[in-house]
Amino acid sequence: MTGALQRFTLLQRALHWVMAVCILAMLFIGVGMVSTVMPKYLPLVSIHKSLGISILVLALIRLAVRLRYGTPALPADLPEPMRLAAHLSHYALYALMIGMPLLGWGMLSAGAYPVVVFGSVYLPAILPQSDALHTWLWDAHFYLAFAFFALVLMHLAAALFHAFVRRDGVFDAMAFGTQQQNVGPGMAEIQAGSTD
Amino acid sequence: MPEPRRSALGSLVLIAVVVGASAAAFAYTAGWLTPERLTPGKLIAALAPPGGPALGHRRNHAKGICFTGEFDANGAGAELSQAQVFTRGQYPVLGRFNLGTADPNAPDATVRIRGLGIRIATPDGQEWRSAMVDPPIFPVATPQGFYELLTASGSKDPDAMKNFAAAHPEFAAFADWAKNSPWTGSYAEDRFNGLNAFVFVDAAGAEHTVRWSLLPAAQPVPITQDELAKRGPDFLEQEIAQRVASAPQKWTMVVTIANPGDQSADPSKAWPADRRTIEVGTMIVQKIEAEADGPCRDINFDPTVLPSGIQVSDDPFPAARSSAYRVSYDLRTAEAKDYPR
Repeated sequence: MTGALQRFTLLQRALHWVMAVCILAMLFIGVGMVSTVMPKYLPLVSIHKSLGISILVLALIRLAVRLRYGTPALPADLPEPMRLAAHLSHYALYALMIGMPLLGWGMLSAGAYPVVVFGSVYLPAILPQSDALHTWLWDAHFYLAFAFFALVLMHLAAALFHAFVRRDGVFDAMAFGTQQQNVGPGMAEIQAGSTD
Repeated sequence: MPEPRRSALGSLVLIAVVVGASAAAFAYTAGWLTPERLTPGKLIAALAPPGGPALGHRRNHAKGICFTGEFDANGAGAELSQAQVFTRGQYPVLGRFNLGTADPNAPDATVRIRGLGIRIATPDGQEWRSAMVDPPIFPVATPQGFYELLTASGSKDPDAMKNFAAAHPEFAAFADWAKNSPWTGSYAEDRFNGLNAFVFVDAAGAEHTVRWSLLPAAQPVPITQDELAKRGPDFLEQEIAQRVASAPQKWTMVVTIANPGDQSADPSKAWPADRRTIEVGTMIVQKIEAEADGPCRDINFDPTVLPSGIQVSDDPFPAARSSAYRVSYDLRTAEAKDYPR
């Protein structure tokens, strides 16, 4: 772990953190709006749709950027199960970032609802009206939302594990600011040694 | 090397706290930690009759029949709202006559409230959906009050309704209407009222608080509940089908404009009778179709599906209705096999 630390490009890091805020907001708004009959229900639904389309567009841009610029390599000493979990969870995150908005859009289309975002932009129906499709998409959108949140929590736990426990530069690859603390697992030993 | 290990343990605890707090915040937002929260699911459950809901059907206003027709706008509404539906012209209407009951097989004469759902589509791709009823005022002032009404009317406690009425004095006006207002023998003779206040936005951006109604062109012929019962359990659907087959049936859409200072948050209170009204057009019902395979079946007449130029007001009901209608829609579309086409 010597030499210059590899980081995601600035664009990738910016997309990651903007989307992190959007996706967390999205999950909380979603689970909140379906559990209330208060007047806030309507603005929450409205934001949910606009934010969903925004996330879809951002995720597609992010995927293109990732295909163009790639990702920093994982640390060579990362155990194989963690390496596998990292890869699989990122496939799942991308699938959900792109899939959830499409499921929601398709669900509204199948339910013959107008799909209005940003106040007055009418999106076309992407599926014909169908009770069977509506039900299938509703189930997928609903259950995958909880899976998405669980995955976000795992992602958060793993990121903090890399940052605080392994200190292997994985977290810093997505961080902003100076890189001076990102010297890999040796750092903990040096710090421990210096206080002995 | 005990110190790094302790530090690692501390880090793991920190991670567990962050993740646990996030999960707790999520659970709170979802309402899992606040069982007293009025959710749309609770409203829908409270609507169910003792034997459970009629699967595949709307959870309220379950008995109904589809129609198609048009809305013939006379252009007068353009003064109040920039929505295209108020510019002079004809726009297709999809609708549904219905009875305010959770039982799709309820005999007509057992249901006091009649309803009308409409969806008007305009060439700009926008829609106006509205679900209206025939009483002139809503029974209660708030969605919470409506939940309490449902709970009381479904309660085995003989004093439940008495206690409810005492806690909700606004209910008396509705009870009086329910008891004393004449019945009719036809949907075509009924006046349907939006009851909720909405805000029209005109071309200059000025806002006008309004309520709307559909007034029948047919002369109402009052009949008693017993007379209606004698005509048969499904008389209203048979009658409207025959009536429309012989001639299109019409309703005039009238918009009532609130005066400055009129309250708009409480649909249990009518505005004074002298408020300005405008006739904005005529709804013409041209064809009746059975619901089971009709075009209205899978439409949610969500009163918050509004075109640009119509907005919700501070009336809390449209949001609550939208929320509950959505749950009803999600349930019944998933139960389609229980309601064969």
